[in-house]
Amino acid sequence: MSFKPQHELHQRRFGRNLGVGLSLGAFVLLVLALTIVKVTSTDFKFPQIQTEEQN
Amino acid sequence: MMRSQKTNGPKMSDASIHASAIREDDASFGDYFALLKPRVMSLVVFTALVGLLAAPVSVHPVVGFCAILFIAIGGGASGALNMWWDADIDKVMKRTKGRPIPAGKIEAGEALGLGLALSGLSVIMLALASNILAGAFLAFTIFFYVVVYTMWLKRATPQNIVIGGAAGAFPPVIGWIAATGSMSVEPWLMFALTFMWTPPHFWALALFMRNDYDDAGVPMLTVTHGRRTTRVHILIYTVLLALLAVGTAFSNIGGPVYLAVSLVMNALFLHGAWRILRRDEADSEGDNFKAERRFFKLSLLYLFLHFGAILAEALLKPFGLGGW
Repeated sequence: MSFKPQHELHQRRFGRNLGVGLSLGAFVLLVLALTIVKVTSTDFKFPQIQTEEQN
Repeated sequence: MMRSQKTNGPKMSDASIHASAIREDDASFGDYFALLKPRVMSLVVFTALVGLLAAPVSVHPVVGFCAILFIAIGGGASGALNMWWDADIDKVMKRTKGRPIPAGKIEAGEALGLGLALSGLSVIMLALASNILAGAFLAFTIFFYVVVYTMWLKRATPQNIVIGGAAGAFPPVIGWIAATGSMSVEPWLMFALTFMWTPPHFWALALFMRNDYDDAGVPMLTVTHGRRTTRVHILIYTVLLALLAVGTAFSNIGGPVYLAVSLVMNALFLHGAWRILRRDEADSEGDNFKAERRFFKLSLLYLFLHFGAILAEALLKPFGLGGW
């Protein structure tokens, strides 16, 4: 028994959904990488510490 | 167009899809990407990267990558908003009628939504990744391109390209600000280089695209003041551009490599502009606008090599080379 070949319309929609999914995944990874870089940089201070220093 | 066919047509089921109910030109991911004007975006990426790397500070690679990416997305977002607003004239012009909206693949409203969403995302993310000034400049650039150029100047004045060219000239300034958090003369020299380069670049295009702008009712210089005046204007701007470009060689972002590149490219560019001036319409139509097309291609190389030379000078500096 063989399945009917997928219609071209569905292939195109799959490609679109895959593109959106990969873009969102890449964005999440980028924000993660950016966060790590920011919090490990030498001039980073947590907000509470900044507040205590001001007091 | 096809959307109404989809909603009003026969009901679809997974098991059987009626051929007439299928939106044949249903947009692919690539069509949405095309809304962002990838070729313009590549220019934005390159000039912003040069601005970022030419700045006299070191930037963490991840921060630098994010800054360039979000500047590019901001540029792409303004491209989508431009296509949303200009959908009516895009379908008239040969050069643009294959774009996703006039081709019927994407609704104008979708382009508006995508453009607004990406504008907000890019501005906020650039401000978070680098600094608020860079984010503010990106927001201003998007505003300038979409509202000042696309909505206002483009259909109102033959100076549309001259003033609107500022929008395309901002990326190196944003790149520099993203790196330094402040402004100085050097990024504005890069701005001026792109700003002065834009008119001859687009007027050469307008010469060989002939009736495109005429048909669309866009008041390009070729339409309002005639093709002869446009040829004169190309030469005038090319002379001014040459003075500026060669003069930049003696600034902090210049150096011997830049000077050599600039002298050669400006000599070629001036020669091209002079050839365009000396031709009349009969000459141009006789060889299908060969000189104008060549000048247009040369203009792309011109900008690429000038920014490439600025980048080379910046990259040579750590080795004791580059600069004066």
